Amino acid sequence: MAYSKEFFLNLYKTMVRIRNFEIMAEKLFLEGELPGFIHLYIGEEAIATGIITNLKKEDFITSTHRGHGHMIAKGADINRMMAELYGRTTGYCKGKGGSMHIADFSIGVLGANGVVGGGLPIAVGAGLGVKMKKGDQVVVTFFGDGASNTGAFHESLNFASVYKLPIIFVIENNQFASTVRAKDTTSVENISDRAVGYGIPGITIDGNDVMTVYETAKEIIKRAREGGGPSLLEAKTYRIKGHFVGDPELYRDKKEIKKFWLNEPIKKFEKKLLESKMLNEIEKKKIWEDSEKEIKEAVEFAKESPMPSKEDALTDLFVNDSGYDY
Amino acid sequence: MREITFAVALGEAILEEMEKDPTIFTYGEDIAKQGGIFGAYKSLLGKFPERIFDTPISEEVIYGSALGAALVGMRPIAEFHFADFLFTGIQSITLQIEKIRYMTGGQGKLHLLLRGPDGISNSAAAQHSESIETIFMHTPGIKVIIPCTPYDIKGLIKTALREDDPVICFEHKMLYKTKGLVPEKEYLIPFGVADIKKEGNDVTVVTMSRMVHESLKAAEELEHEGISAEVIDLRTLVPWDKNQVIESVKKTNHLVVAHETWKRAGWGAEITSVVQEEAFDYLDAPIVRVGAKNVPMPFASPLQDFVTPNYKDVIDAVKKVLR
Repeated sequence: MAYSKEFFLNLYKTMVRIRNFEIMAEKLFLEGELPGFIHLYIGEEAIATGIITNLKKEDFITSTHRGHGHMIAKGADINRMMAELYGRTTGYCKGKGGSMHIADFSIGVLGANGVVGGGLPIAVGAGLGVKMKKGDQVVVTFFGDGASNTGAFHESLNFASVYKLPIIFVIENNQFASTVRAKDTTSVENISDRAVGYGIPGITIDGNDVMTVYETAKEIIKRAREGGGPSLLEAKTYRIKGHFVGDPELYRDKKEIKKFWLNEPIKKFEKKLLESKMLNEIEKKKIWEDSEKEIKEAVEFAKESPMPSKEDALTDLFVNDSGYDY
Repeated sequence: MREITFAVALGEAILEEMEKDPTIFTYGEDIAKQGGIFGAYKSLLGKFPERIFDTPISEEVIYGSALGAALVGMRPIAEFHFADFLFTGIQSITLQIEKIRYMTGGQGKLHLLLRGPDGISNSAAAQHSESIETIFMHTPGIKVIIPCTPYDIKGLIKTALREDDPVICFEHKMLYKTKGLVPEKEYLIPFGVADIKKEGNDVTVVTMSRMVHESLKAAEELEHEGISAEVIDLRTLVPWDKNQVIESVKKTNHLVVAHETWKRAGWGAEITSVVQEEAFDYLDAPIVRVGAKNVPMPFASPLQDFVTPNYKDVIDAVKKVLR
């Protein structure tokens, strides 16, 4: 299929925006600017980008603790994201959630999730709701190789298959469940093999190749939208960064990481674009600079935003909290 | 007014609301074709086949999917098979349903209802005989309703189905077949409003669920001995009606809190603490609690009977507090 230059550049730009957001988040965290935990999506950008580019605004996703990339690909406001990392009132969660709980229900992001496997049952419910309303949306639930070993994975895939729900289950196999290698803790080499047990299609792809991700996702999303039911897509990648910023990474050799930098998704795509003359050095430079500028402005926005006041801690639990004792 | 069972009143509430609100649907194990293990949905058999359906035995995804469905605009009623089994899927409640609105800064309305049977029943033993409502009073983010009469369940379930917040309803399994008067005309019961099931002057007994009936039986016996007990059914645990409890204590100056769940750190401990913090000067004696003994529920009936609180324990508690 022929794609326009604009299409390719949009994929590239999205990946660059995610990368720059993460580079900045890492820097700020290491400088002591950001509290809490930050889990970086560096090296996995092709997955969120390739899949979510296929979605409409009305479609839903659930995300993970490593969720900044999904948010950005789904069209989130980078200012509000950065403000949330800073814990400010202008952040997506008004400073109540932080990095691991970023959500924007208005663009269909039903939450990052601090619980491994936590998003899958929620995605099943969204799919159930869509089906009951006879809507044509699809739901994509992102999770890791670690989550594929939880009970929630089994319950969710069976449930979605039984009711033929419009859900794409996306395993971002970055080869590490926290500090433990997936290959040491997972019963199969290709986790998508497990799809057989649920009577649904299972596909394993190179998650660092954005076009492969895009084209594979296109098919299974179409299938789900047309009532064909769920699929299990395993996108293999590699977690170049630690589990969290500040991870001492005692579990792996630094040399191993170097090797994977050579296969990281942005460089890989960029090379193809340059070779096919879809991108030139001037355009490339501008894309990176524009994105860096945008992120810097987001940091300014966040820093200028007010901190929440202590009273804000006692709001937002219930819609109607009459009689509730805080 | 006509007399109907607790289960029929529950069914009426759900059916009436489903007729009005097309986003309501209800699902769980053994409900659509069997009408529920304890007959809770018997009166719904054959109704709304697309909106009342059976699910796999997948508690974590049943509760978690209620959250997802609510986020996309539906109003799910998810049944937990036995309250005991809430523990098998509890992350979907305590880590997701209770927290997602708060941790996303107030995004979304989580209009969902979890409901199902709880409580001690005859020799069901340790994994099918628990009252675990205190867990959900302790963890912030869900409203807890525990009706004990047909009138109360109908009114409270109808309110729950118009709420924009998550609600969990515990229905004692020994109550489904009990009968009571229920008006034909529509009514709602607000959350946080206790019901004085029997007025009295000498002692206040704060209670819920099956123990309301045990407490009423106790009060009747105590009446013969010239002791006038006021029995307050909280009806909802989150929020709970602190004002009515304190008003009653101001009148009787004596308080007993009686529940079926374990005495140790059961919700009675919370009520007791709040009353002593806020109405200590009105108390003429230390507050006495009634609850199950702190062991898992045993099987054989002499053991079960010993562990389970009943009206005699309430009588003993009242006599202790009035001594």
